[in-house]
Amino acid sequence: MLRGLPAIMYKEFIHVRRDPATLFLTLFIPVFQLILFGYAINMDVKNIPTVVYDLDRGRQSRDMVMALRNTDYFRIVGEVHSDRALNDAIVAGRAKVGFKIPVDFSDRLLSGEQATVLVLIDGSDSTIAMNALNVANALGLRTSLQRIGATPSVEVRPKMLFNPDLKSHHFIIPGLIGIIMQNIAVLLTAFAIVRERERGTMEQLLVTPIQRLGLMLGKMVPYGILGFVETCLVLVIMRFIFGVPFAGSLALLLALSFLFLLPSLGIGLFISTVAENQAQAYQMAFFVILPSILLSGFIFPREAMPPVMYYLGFLMPVTYFLDILRGVILRGAGLTHLWPDALALMAFGVVILILSAARFQKRLA
Amino acid sequence: MSGPPTSPLPSVEGRPAPAPTGTPTIILQGLTKRFGTLTAVDDVSFTVEPGTIFGFLGPNGSGKSTVIRMLCGLIAPTGGTASVGGFDVVRDPERIRERIGYMSQRFSLYEDLSVLENLSFYGRVYGLRGSRLEVRRDAVVNLVHIGDRLPQRAGTLSGGWKQRLALACALIHEPRILFLDEPTAGIDPVARRELWDLLFQLAGEGRTLFVTTHYMDEAERCSEVGYIYHSRLIVSGAPRELKRLPGVTPAGTQRFEVRCLAPDGASLPTRGLMVVRRMAGVRDATIFGDAVHLLAEEGVTAATLRAAVEGNGIARAEVRPMAPSLEDVFVALTHAEEAKRRGARAGGGA
Repeated sequence: MLRGLPAIMYKEFIHVRRDPATLFLTLFIPVFQLILFGYAINMDVKNIPTVVYDLDRGRQSRDMVMALRNTDYFRIVGEVHSDRALNDAIVAGRAKVGFKIPVDFSDRLLSGEQATVLVLIDGSDSTIAMNALNVANALGLRTSLQRIGATPSVEVRPKMLFNPDLKSHHFIIPGLIGIIMQNIAVLLTAFAIVRERERGTMEQLLVTPIQRLGLMLGKMVPYGILGFVETCLVLVIMRFIFGVPFAGSLALLLALSFLFLLPSLGIGLFISTVAENQAQAYQMAFFVILPSILLSGFIFPREAMPPVMYYLGFLMPVTYFLDILRGVILRGAGLTHLWPDALALMAFGVVILILSAARFQKRLA
Repeated sequence: MSGPPTSPLPSVEGRPAPAPTGTPTIILQGLTKRFGTLTAVDDVSFTVEPGTIFGFLGPNGSGKSTVIRMLCGLIAPTGGTASVGGFDVVRDPERIRERIGYMSQRFSLYEDLSVLENLSFYGRVYGLRGSRLEVRRDAVVNLVHIGDRLPQRAGTLSGGWKQRLALACALIHEPRILFLDEPTAGIDPVARRELWDLLFQLAGEGRTLFVTTHYMDEAERCSEVGYIYHSRLIVSGAPRELKRLPGVTPAGTQRFEVRCLAPDGASLPTRGLMVVRRMAGVRDATIFGDAVHLLAEEGVTAATLRAAVEGNGIARAEVRPMAPSLEDVFVALTHAEEAKRRGARAGGGA
C-alpha cells in the first residue's frame, strides 16, 4: 500500500532544505500576513468622520454636538453651512455621517415639542452605516429620556460571557489563523506533484514500483510538519503580539490543528493531480481558498447567509477548524464540545486522500 | 496486416519473427496507440531476445518513445498486446516496473539533489535499505565511474555525467531489462563511446537492452534493430541480415563507392555526384564522407563509372563495389514504403 513512502519523505525533506528561500517565505509570509491583517481588519467602528450643520446654534444644539463627540463613535471633522456642503462632504468621502440640526431645534425642545435631527449616513460601507445608525438612535433616545426626566421601565443588562470587551481582534485573529493555515497547506502540496510533472521527474518516478498512497503520504508528511511549525508560530503571535487570551487547552488545539492540516494538504494534493502545470495549480488553489474565506464564517456570520451558502460552508474543512479555533481559544471549549468538528475534519481528510490516490494514475496519458 | 508469422528472419513489414531460441524477453504483437485521430504507433510487432541489445530506430516523431512508454506501462496501448519479462503491459505493469530499468530521453532525476542522494532515493524507492542499499550504490557508482562526483548536485553535471547518473539510477535494483530512450542524445563523442562500452558490458552480463537512437553507427552495434517510420515498423532483424534483404539491393543491381580525386589528390565528391547522377542506370547516389555511394543497374560497371567520372576536373576515380550500410538499408526500405503507400493511395482513388 505504502511502498515508496520513506523514500519520498527522505527526498522531500532534502528539497525543502535545499530551497531556503521557499522555506523562509513559507514560514514568514503567514506571520507577516497575520500581523498586517490582524491590525487592518478591525470592525470596532470608532471615530467615524462626521460633519455638523448646525442651523440652530442654541445651547441645546451645542449640547447635542457635545454628546455626539463624547460617544467616541463620531469624530467631528468640520462644520458646514449649507445643505449642499453637507451633501458634498459625504459624497467626497470626507465624512461618513452628517448631522443637520434645524433652526428651530432649541425652540421646539424648550416648548416641549418634538425636535428633529437629520442624520445623513454614507451607506456604502455597511458596517460603519449600521454602527452610526445604532449610535445615533441610542443617542436620540437617551437625550429624550433625560429631557422628560424618566428612567426606562425595563432595563436590559447584557453580560458578555466571552470576549467581554467585544474586541473584534479576539474574534478575527483566531479565524485568520485558520485561513492562513489553510492557504499554506493547500498551496504547499498543490505544487508538490505538478512540479515533478513540469520538471520531467515524474516520468522516472512512474516507471518504479512506487505506490500511489506511498507517494501521496510521502509528499504530505514533510509539508504537514512544516504547517504544524507554522501553526505554533502564529499562535505565539496571536497570544503575545495581539494579546488574545487563550482560554482552552493548547495541547487540544495543536492536536486538532493536525486534523485540520490533513484535509487541507489533501486538497492541495488533489489539485496537484488535476493541474497540468504550476500556474494551473495556483488558479485552482485560489478557486478553493477564496470561497472558503467567505463561506466559512471567517468574517461574515454563517447564520446570516442564505441557506444555500450556509450549507456550502459545511463543505469547507476550514469552517470546522474556525469553530475549533474560536471554541478553544475564546470559549475554552474541550473535546466534549468539539468532537463533531474533529470528526468532520477526519472524514474530510480520509475522503480527499482516497480521492487523490484514485485520481493519480501511474500513467502519462 | 495480421497474418500468421511465417516469414523467415529477418521479418519485414512488422510481421512477428519466430523466436530462434527460448522465450523472447520482449514481445510486441500488433501494438497500436492512437491519440485521438492521430495514430502514433500502428500495428507494431517484433520480439527481443534475452541478453541482446535491440536498437530501435526511426526519425523524430515516428513513434519510438511511444512504444518504449507503452512497454514500461507509462501509457496504455489502444490495441494489440505486449509483454516484458513475461508480464503483460496492461495487466501487470507493476510486476514489469520491479524488473526494468528506464532512462528517459530527457534528464529526469532531481537536479537539486546530489549524485549520492539521487542514487539513495531511487534505491529506497525500490525497497533497498541499510547495507544492501550501500552495496548496490557502490556497485553502480563503480560501474559508471561516478565516485568522484557523489556530493555534486545533479543539476550541475555535464550531459555525459548526467547520462551516467541516470544509468546508475536505472541499474540500482539490478534489473534484467533496460529501456534507454535516446541515451546518447546531445552528449559528446567520447562520452557516447564510453556509454556504449557500458551498454555492451551490461548486455554481456545477460541483461536485455532496448535502446532507441537515430545514430546509424549505434544501430550497427546492436544485435538486432527495428526501424519505425511514420508509426509503422518497416523492418526488424540483425543488421547483417537486413543488408542482405532483396529490397535493399534488388536483383541485378550493385552498390559502388566512388572516390573522385583532383590532380592534387583532393577529394571532389560533389562534382562526382553531379556526374554520376546524370548517368543512365544509376538509381540512387549520395555523398558519404569524401566519397559517393551509389546503387547501379547491371550495365554499369566499375570501368564505366571510372570512364564517366574522370575528366572535367577529376584526375582520377577510385571505384570499388561495396556492401550496403545500415543507412542504405533504411533509405531503400523507406523509399519502397513510400512508393507502396503512394501506389495504395492512387489505387484507392481509382
